[in-house]
Amino acid sequence: MSDVVTLKAGSNLEKVLSAGKFGVTGECGPPKSADGGVVEKKAKTLAGCVDAVNVTDNQTAVVRISSMAAAYIAQQNGVEAVMQMTCRDRNRLAMQADILGASALGVRNVLCLTGDHIGFGNHPQAKGVHDLDSISLIRMYKDMRDEKRFQCGEEMDVAPALYIGCAENPFGDPFEFRAMRLKKKVVAGADFVQTQGIFNIPKFKQWMEQVRALGIHQEIKILAGIIPIKSAGMASYMKKNVPGMDVPQEIVDRIAAKDKGEPQQAEGKELAVEMIKELAEIEGVSGAHIMAIEWEAAVPEIVEAAGLMPRPAVS
Amino acid sequence: MITAERKPFDEIYAMTEGHDKVLVAGCDTCVAICLTGGEKEAEILASEIRIKAKEEGRELDVEHTAAIRQCEWEYLDMVADKVNEFPLVLSMGCGIGIQSMAEKFAPKQVMPAVNTNMLGMPQEHAVWLERCVACGECVIGETAGICPVVRCSKSLMNGPCGGSHAGLCEVVGPEGEETECAWALIWERLKAQGREDLMLANRAPKNWSKSSSGGPRKMVKEEAKPA
Repeated sequence: MSDVVTLKAGSNLEKVLSAGKFGVTGECGPPKSADGGVVEKKAKTLAGCVDAVNVTDNQTAVVRISSMAAAYIAQQNGVEAVMQMTCRDRNRLAMQADILGASALGVRNVLCLTGDHIGFGNHPQAKGVHDLDSISLIRMYKDMRDEKRFQCGEEMDVAPALYIGCAENPFGDPFEFRAMRLKKKVVAGADFVQTQGIFNIPKFKQWMEQVRALGIHQEIKILAGIIPIKSAGMASYMKKNVPGMDVPQEIVDRIAAKDKGEPQQAEGKELAVEMIKELAEIEGVSGAHIMAIEWEAAVPEIVEAAGLMPRPAVS
Repeated sequence: MITAERKPFDEIYAMTEGHDKVLVAGCDTCVAICLTGGEKEAEILASEIRIKAKEEGRELDVEHTAAIRQCEWEYLDMVADKVNEFPLVLSMGCGIGIQSMAEKFAPKQVMPAVNTNMLGMPQEHAVWLERCVACGECVIGETAGICPVVRCSKSLMNGPCGGSHAGLCEVVGPEGEETECAWALIWERLKAQGREDLMLANRAPKNWSKSSSGGPRKMVKEEAKPA
């Protein structure tokens, strides 16, 4: 099969997904300080149990080590990076400059995002940029890669090698538009999509029906979002306070039924494993994106228990 | 219309420090309609300043006036005699009016007594909502008459982000006030028009050079210039 697949970037993630293997990605949030050792530690924890790790870009609009620097550190420590890029903090010049730099440093995967609104973060008085939106960002990177052209139309000598990703929230509204929005991202040039964390599986299945009806699952690799729950408090918090999340009450109750601490953590990991197995059965799902927020240590165990170890080595 | 809010009184009063004569100048157009800076509001502010100065035992001559429109030379001519009596003017016009006065009466000190905040419409009595940012390249013909540049919190051009929920934006105001998701409104209205295909097309990046990113803008209508 690999004989006929033409790789766009040659990243490990692209190779795994293109070979038809079930992909696994993780997530690494850089620290709110210049301590690169934090990224190093997280990268080492995730190396070997994920095909690539997302390195977030000032997530929740809070200043951290830049995603480009952290992606580089992660790759120096044994795990391929998916560099996240938001439209909130950069205009089109900066987004092109940064992707050229990232590519020169060996970063091969990028995730194009609009970004959380600046008002949610720790500098709410800053000016949100939003020169482009995530869809026009995808298109800009595709044109840089495939046409060797900047957004202004000028040509470049060496194009960045990129496997281009995007995000989608199957639980956002208007629900009937959500699969169409993913289609727009496919048309713009997205190669893979990582979804918002899934807790409401029936609704996700409904969304996947729409995705399949539009034939999108044959044009893009879909990685289902998994957020391992560490405590009942975290589950309630996500249910009430995180925009775009759909956490059914029974999920909260299931975790809360266990004692606080280790028993709730064990239940959270068990739930994540069950969900990965159930989501993997859905036609069109090509992998899982595990977002263990400040709980990277849980990932190796979850991936193992889900029967996804060892990770495939695709040349 | 242009809307503005009066600055906090203490901030305005501090502007009068070191002066013994001050004129509060209202404008009877936009800022009067939004109940902030018309002649009536100018009179009230002048009274407040006078009372405060009296409480402090300070000699301060405070008067008020109002131009029909502070942003046009002809209307400023009509208040020029009054303005010229005072070394300090506290203008209650919008940002355009304040600058027009400062230019017309330069080098007189003209200070802003209001914060100009938006191009808005009165949704109901005493409630204004932003409707335009004068981006210079109007797209609302394709978005069912709803501006995504100003009504979407992230100025998205290709549909709602993942934070749109039940018709509402994920961003709430400082007092917890909710905002409608512009793209949810656009989707519903385009459907009602049978034009939802407009939301499926990918829209190219916006040309911000026509907005303030291109530097101060100037409009000249050659055909309207005197021969």
